[in-house]
Amino acid sequence: MPSAARTLFEKLWDRHVVAQPPGQPALLYVDLHLIHEVTSPQAFAGMRAAGRKLRRPDKTFATMDHDVPTDARPFKILDSEADAQLQALAENFRDFGVRLFDLDSPEQGIVHVIAPELGLTQPGMTIVCGDSHTSTHGAFGALAFGIGTSEVEHVFATQCLWQAKPRTLRLNLEGELPRGATAKDLILHVIGSMGTAGATGHVVEYAGSAVRALSMEERMTVCNMSIEAGARAGMVAPDSVTVDYLRGRRFAPGGGSGLEFEQAAAHWLSLASDPGASFDSERTFAAGEVAPQVTWGTSPGMVAPVTGAVPDPAGIADASARQAAARALEYMALRPGTPIRDIAVDRVFIGSCTNARIEDLERAAALARGRRVASGVRAMVVPGSQAVRREAEARGLDRIFTAAGFEWRQPGCSMCLGMNPDILQPGERCASTSNRNFEGRQGAGGRTHLVSPAMAAAAAIAGHFVDVREFA
Amino acid sequence: MIPFTKLRGRVAVLDRAHVDTDQIIPKQFLKTTGRAGLGRGLFFDWRSDPDFVLNQPASQGAAILIAGENFGCGSSREHAAWALLDFGIRCLIAPSFGDIFYNNCTKNGLLPVRLPAEAVRGLQTAREIEVDLAAQTAGGYRFEIDPFRKQCLLEGLDDIALTLRHQAAIAAFEASQP
Repeated sequence: MPSAARTLFEKLWDRHVVAQPPGQPALLYVDLHLIHEVTSPQAFAGMRAAGRKLRRPDKTFATMDHDVPTDARPFKILDSEADAQLQALAENFRDFGVRLFDLDSPEQGIVHVIAPELGLTQPGMTIVCGDSHTSTHGAFGALAFGIGTSEVEHVFATQCLWQAKPRTLRLNLEGELPRGATAKDLILHVIGSMGTAGATGHVVEYAGSAVRALSMEERMTVCNMSIEAGARAGMVAPDSVTVDYLRGRRFAPGGGSGLEFEQAAAHWLSLASDPGASFDSERTFAAGEVAPQVTWGTSPGMVAPVTGAVPDPAGIADASARQAAARALEYMALRPGTPIRDIAVDRVFIGSCTNARIEDLERAAALARGRRVASGVRAMVVPGSQAVRREAEARGLDRIFTAAGFEWRQPGCSMCLGMNPDILQPGERCASTSNRNFEGRQGAGGRTHLVSPAMAAAAAIAGHFVDVREFA
Repeated sequence: MIPFTKLRGRVAVLDRAHVDTDQIIPKQFLKTTGRAGLGRGLFFDWRSDPDFVLNQPASQGAAILIAGENFGCGSSREHAAWALLDFGIRCLIAPSFGDIFYNNCTKNGLLPVRLPAEAVRGLQTAREIEVDLAAQTAGGYRFEIDPFRKQCLLEGLDDIALTLRHQAAIAAFEASQP
């Protein structure tokens, strides 16, 4: 009996093995291949050079997100290199027959925001994209992971990938998140505790009562940052929350309704890990202990509760971690012992594939309503997609933000990675709802603190970090 | 892909943990539609510091980079592997690597060698070391590598050509899907 019990991951893996030659990794079938402009040009060039055609253009979808300016449209892209990259994408997609949600499309947006909202992302699928945050789609009970450009080309030509079977790790997140703590705080807390290489080589299944209680958008935030714990992928078993989210979505089975949809839903619900299924490792976290989090360093694991202080590297036992912390504090221009709440910000960025969905914007707007951004602070809100932007405007969130002094911008990756005009200037300090606080990530010399949307909005208004639980 | 068999080369030591791919090749170099010439962007922000290891005379012409744990974590950008290769690095030695980066290296003939932290420290003082993929040794230490990846690296095999031998299985799989 126990031998027959399989994990969610194993069920998906087994269903997608096309070939398993002895002594080799498995050849795994890919159900959905998502593309953006930055990591695909060289793959298309390879295809052209070899005279190959895409095996399944019908399973391949593209958008433009990384390079695009978030100014009012239509705009002229002033950066000739970015322009060439976007042109190349448009050309490649015409030539190879792939569906592209380009800048004029009402569906355009960040690849990890639009695929779920269009219903392209479905439970039980294997999903890849030349982007490490592809782990986001695991929130639906899909096996979704980032790949490099060589692998993008491989999927173009074969619709498959060679994959060594990863190990499995179940993270049991139990209990209830306290008021003021969000999915972002939960995942930052987990990464802070496990370290940024804590899940390397593993596929994580997030389980437990705290995960079941999360909305789909919150599950996406958690799975999104699996890569920041080093994981290959993160997953949540499909349940009624998943099914309800997908109902009525355009690319869901049967267009999201009718018998075809109900049959698919019944199958999705059967994918959960069997009772007694075993994982290579398991850890349990108490969600009730999670406070709003703020990163203080240059790695997402360098994080503290907002009530805490910048740590003293001298107190870190491990030599390598001590050295890394000291280096991070130098880069971040922070002194050990500084209360997190005393750190002042110059910029605030609310957006990215981690936190640019409608619930994120609602939480930020709830803090911004009737208040003003502190003088000297520049704050921007960048919705994750045109659909999110439309919905936010229908709810009046744009007016709340602009009345408070936030910029309300067009969808794109924006200041998460600084590949477009939205960047930090050297020395600027930013409260950001994105996923990486690496040196120079948001602009050379820029200093990033990762936080939840509510914490970011509160920092914009106060001009420094504040505990949203006490923000009246 | 260029095959990797045996290499005797000069060593450069980057003794930092968790070096992410944003550091290896910053965003402004990702707007290219080609793979060539990325060496100029390698560790771009750090290379403005004259004391940075790759600016040291002893590191000139290095073919082997000895790095810290979790090297290449973060973004999936294969530009990181292309930049290292373009700079002349053919082999990386570290206690651990980011998963996607590790994969990307092996698709480009750049050999990532995982060794225990003590062994990596032991190699940091070497000027030059020999890496033999067939024998799975680096500077006298034995390392593990997946046999399939090893074969592909040794022969410089193109993955796609290899996979296309399984055309029939792929077609059969597709036919079996609802």
